[in-house]
Amino acid sequence: MKMSGAKAIVECLLEQGVDTVFGYPGGMILPLYDALHDTTALRHVLTVHEQGAAHAADGYARASGRVGVCIATSGPGATNLVTGLATAYMDSVPVVAITGQVPTDVIGQDAFQEIDIVGMTMAVTKHNFQVKDVNKLPEVIRYAFRIARSGRPGPVLVDVPRNVQTAKIDFYNLSPQCEGEWHLGAGSINLIDEAVKAIKEAEQPAIIIGGGVINAEAHNEIKSLAEHLHMPVVSTLMGLGGFPGSHPLFLGMTGLHGHKAANNVIHNADTILAIGCRFSDRVTGDREQYGAQKTVIHIDVDPAEIDKNVMAHIGIAGDLKKILIMLNERAAAKDFTNWWEVIRAWQTDLEIEVDESRLNAPLVMQNIVEQTKGIDTIFVTDVGQHQMWAAQYLKIEKPRTWLTSGGLGTMGFGLPAAMGAQFAMPDKKVIHFAGDGGMKMTGNELYTIAANCLPIISIIINNQGLGMIRQLQHAFYNKRYTACILPSKVDFTMYAKSFGIHGVNVDTLAEFKTAFRRALQSKQPEVIVVNIASENLVTPMMLPGASLDDYVDL
Amino acid sequence: MKQVLSVLVQNQPGVLVRVASMFSRRGFNIDSLAVGVTQDPDYSRITAVVCGDQATVDQVIKQLDKIVEVVAIQNLSHTSSVTRGLALLKVRANERRTEVLKLAEVFRANVVDIQENSLTLEVNGDDEKINALAELLMPFGLLEMIRTGLIGLTRGDNTIYKCEEIDEND
Repeated sequence: MKMSGAKAIVECLLEQGVDTVFGYPGGMILPLYDALHDTTALRHVLTVHEQGAAHAADGYARASGRVGVCIATSGPGATNLVTGLATAYMDSVPVVAITGQVPTDVIGQDAFQEIDIVGMTMAVTKHNFQVKDVNKLPEVIRYAFRIARSGRPGPVLVDVPRNVQTAKIDFYNLSPQCEGEWHLGAGSINLIDEAVKAIKEAEQPAIIIGGGVINAEAHNEIKSLAEHLHMPVVSTLMGLGGFPGSHPLFLGMTGLHGHKAANNVIHNADTILAIGCRFSDRVTGDREQYGAQKTVIHIDVDPAEIDKNVMAHIGIAGDLKKILIMLNERAAAKDFTNWWEVIRAWQTDLEIEVDESRLNAPLVMQNIVEQTKGIDTIFVTDVGQHQMWAAQYLKIEKPRTWLTSGGLGTMGFGLPAAMGAQFAMPDKKVIHFAGDGGMKMTGNELYTIAANCLPIISIIINNQGLGMIRQLQHAFYNKRYTACILPSKVDFTMYAKSFGIHGVNVDTLAEFKTAFRRALQSKQPEVIVVNIASENLVTPMMLPGASLDDYVDL
Repeated sequence: MKQVLSVLVQNQPGVLVRVASMFSRRGFNIDSLAVGVTQDPDYSRITAVVCGDQATVDQVIKQLDKIVEVVAIQNLSHTSSVTRGLALLKVRANERRTEVLKLAEVFRANVVDIQENSLTLEVNGDDEKINALAELLMPFGLLEMIRTGLIGLTRGDNTIYKCEEIDEND
């Protein structure tokens, strides 16, 4: 069938099963917008800003496991996507971004709204393309989706000059190509046997899971393995939800602001089984010490992660599910009673006491856990203190219900990502957390939320400042607080109201309980502003770059 | 430690930038990078001389392998191989011209330009040979020197294409 390149893009998106795209129009992408006008099968969500579109596509992908799609025009539209693409890249999220570009005959001439977005996003995408020949357009779009979701997922950008969008081609539909199935090779099987042997010899083993578990949908396999071997499980920030948060074998988050018991388990383990995690510096502290005096078994889909940050004694690269199933079949259960006694003692002794004298974020999180029991929720956070409190106190039970910017730590991620998650999962209750700082960055997306009547609950932990910056200055800069105080000049409830969204300020736990109970019933967007003291600190806090038992005295 | 990596890539625009920027972004040190076409116009071949310990070189190979356009990678330092670079050296040569020409002969360097006060030599070989000639020419007045990055192939029937097949079966 003869059609324009733009129409072919739409056809390809439908072929790939895309139902929602997030974007913002502009001159060089108008042919695509014109083609979108003709289809009812594809919902286009107009965001306030292209960054919102990129984060929304990311949130959509994280919540659903499908590829998120965002669209922007050339020049500023494209550059506004960059932070969102980088966020998705660092957390291995499958996103396809389609950008308009000036016509091929003026590329390189500094035309109006021309920017080399392919050059610019090379470092923050898994791959990117500029399509100069309309006949290659369908295969490139299809390939972009395949790259985005295969192996270790990631964002892919396709830059399409305007004249390529308008040029005509013969288009034929093709159903999406299936991935070649990954098979365990003889080499991997030998490595699995070595791992089995190492586990057999272990006295004090531990499992550490990362975001790779969620991408691979290997949560059931991890659970079977941990239960079969009766091994303690800890998670990185990105792995939360990969193992049920209230499971007795689960000890919580490990890392810079991790639970002390979880960090102790890793620090004192003689064997660690790291699954789908990349040993980020926030997780390991001092990398030399991290792997010292223990056997490190590292399983990841990306071979380049093995021996990148922490040297593995046994490194197995490939499909986590298949590797775990085989590991589970071959490994024999063992009695770790002595180890568990030590662990249980840590759990009791090192439990953080929550101050109940006045309203604070941990109290709020604990109450949310209580009130959301039995409700299908997705928790989405921004970046900063509230994110750490949420990670520490919420119990994340299922994969894809904890969305957070881990690798890049992008402030402003939360609200647009929550929006994307709600579009992907209309039946789930999306609960978004932000600090007052991050909410000011991308709070404008409340407009999109209002316009689409998304029943998201936004909880703003308002400490009138950039709490994490303040905490770092408190700990490492002699309490010389610079550029972290945000005078209380915004009433976020009034801000919400300007979009027609109901908002409420709460100053006590009782007020929060009522407000949250009410919000859970609501079918409308809701904003709850939790006013807390600016002095609150996230504890515990590991000394960055130090060993796992070295904490900052706050 | 230096190792020579030969990388078969799809001949797409920007592929050299993609490879080069990966090296700089991840802080890998490279001595030289040479790129050129192959017998098949769809493919190019990049030869990179990488400095670093074995763990670093292993990581370089893995990161290269993640680049979508990279088809196959061969570590020429791990097999018997021939590597060659080309250099042009402009030397001051008036009264000591005969000595320079003698040296050139020993190194099988060709004279590609000759003037009253200078001459330009073309020499090819591995790094050591070119370095040695450059050093010996220094006292005469080495006016300028330019060299290509190293290129190389394995000896025998083994090719990078076979290496690609093995990769796929693994």
